[in-house]
Amino acid sequence: MSQVSHVVAKSDRPRPLWTIKRRDQIAGMLFIAPQLTGIIVFVLIPLGLVFWYSLHEWNVLANSFKFVGSANYKTLLADPALPEVLTATGIFSAGLVVFNMSLALLIAVLLNQKLWGIVVFRTLFFSPVVVSLVAWTIVWSFLLQNNGGINAVLQTMGIEGPNWLRNPSTAMFSIIVIQVFKNVGLNMILFLAALQGVPKELYEAARVDGASAFKQFRRITLPLISPTILLTSIITIVGSLQVFAQIAVLTQGGPGMSTTVLVYYLYQQAFQFHFFGYGATLSIMLFIIVAVLTFAQWQLRKRIVFYEN
Amino acid sequence: MKTDMSIRMRTMLYGLMCVLLIPFVFPTWWMVTSSVKPISDIFAFPPDLLPRTYDWSTYQRVFELQPFAQQYWNSGYIALLVTAGTMIVSSLAGYAFARIRFPGADAIFMVVLLGLLIPAEVTIVPLFQMFNQWGMINTHWPLILVPVFGAPSVFSTFIMRQFFIALPIELEEAARVDGLGRFTIFRKIALPLAKPALSAVAIFTFLHSWNLFLEPIVFISTPQMFTLPQALTQFTDAYGGAMWNIQLAAATLTALPVLIVFIVAQKQFVEGLAHTGLKG
Repeated sequence: MSQVSHVVAKSDRPRPLWTIKRRDQIAGMLFIAPQLTGIIVFVLIPLGLVFWYSLHEWNVLANSFKFVGSANYKTLLADPALPEVLTATGIFSAGLVVFNMSLALLIAVLLNQKLWGIVVFRTLFFSPVVVSLVAWTIVWSFLLQNNGGINAVLQTMGIEGPNWLRNPSTAMFSIIVIQVFKNVGLNMILFLAALQGVPKELYEAARVDGASAFKQFRRITLPLISPTILLTSIITIVGSLQVFAQIAVLTQGGPGMSTTVLVYYLYQQAFQFHFFGYGATLSIMLFIIVAVLTFAQWQLRKRIVFYEN
Repeated sequence: MKTDMSIRMRTMLYGLMCVLLIPFVFPTWWMVTSSVKPISDIFAFPPDLLPRTYDWSTYQRVFELQPFAQQYWNSGYIALLVTAGTMIVSSLAGYAFARIRFPGADAIFMVVLLGLLIPAEVTIVPLFQMFNQWGMINTHWPLILVPVFGAPSVFSTFIMRQFFIALPIELEEAARVDGLGRFTIFRKIALPLAKPALSAVAIFTFLHSWNLFLEPIVFISTPQMFTLPQALTQFTDAYGGAMWNIQLAAATLTALPVLIVFIVAQKQFVEGLAHTGLKG
């Protein structure tokens, strides 16, 4: 009896295996179902709708929604504010990335030294990352007032400070600096991890060959951490295009249009002036910029990154 | 590297780091100390590093001027819900993308990754319309549903996937030979090993939700429903001028708890961040 059932089981073996595979596939699909549904409902459909809206003239207040084809795109190209908005966006993103990456690398190199109490320094450099963004922005706004803390310190040194946030030539600079100090800790930690991954033997060999500290950094450290530099620069640039709270709290895009970056302009057009169609057109432009930047950097990755594990 | 650095070199490094630290530490210090200064002292010259007189009534005023306790609760429960939800959604999806072969997995992964390319700002107009149609404007639903299921969670899914890919597969294969189902393997074997990645996801998600600003001001319009970042900007007098000491007291209340948690658990924060798939 037991002999027979054993034989039956053996001849059936392919089937249970097939079922396991099948069950596994179903499990896989169930596992990703919440995420995939979310992406369809909250990303793909809205993306399609943004494109659809951008072909319409839609004023919420006037309750008008009519198809206008490419009219919004023509308005966009002729928009006298567009060059200013793109300039502000470009200055902010370029300034932020350059300042953020170099400061992050400098601090990471310092923190990579074997010094007593280095963890305390690491904790303090990282601390602004966990301070609420709006709280951080408000404190800086307070410090940068015409009679605020920073100008008071400058005054004790005999320097007359500008009205940082109301002066077109210092407002953008201030916002970049505030944002860099807020988030540079993230890149710093990633750089630090990368620096610690560089094999020590390489430095020893270089020292034997008489390479200077600077040469070691340029020839060994930089090439070996280049994947991290590239990855963090992508994250930082894409993140920089999303700056909103700082501008809303500090300058409301002013003085003039000097700090009106694309996202803030989009918000104004859509939610303050209620031009949803034009706001959607600006969204499409933002999407294209992010996509092109990301693509360009992934292409760069193939060219300039020396080493990947 | 041996610690054969000269004393002069070390002093220089410490000095450099201390100078560099000023813009990182001073604002927080200034926020906390200025929050208990009376308004007359707040722009005193020369500036006082410590308050000359303490005025604790600013903290009372924070709660009088706005339903601040309610707003605190709003931000807190939303952030916790979003964090828990994202951990579930992202670890499930990340595990499936890393381990399970099912038809269309690669194509679906590419579609999901699209979420990384699309900042929330791009889709804010249609999302507003959708939630408007579902009657969810001026509720917390948009602040919960979109981060848990939409674009913001993709980053977490990516972190989880990278982590599970790097995890040795032998244990799970042994469990499969023993006939355990996928969900059991995931929950009993893979997930407990994924604590570093999960804590990184939790930290990122919590901070992201806690800091959210554009979405609340688009979706929410009454003070009772406000979240903290939105509420912080509302402490103004009748002429729209900032009530600095009260605003800074509210900012302190918002920032300090997270800061304290960070300082206590800074090792987990930093290592969780450094040891995820972020290294490239």
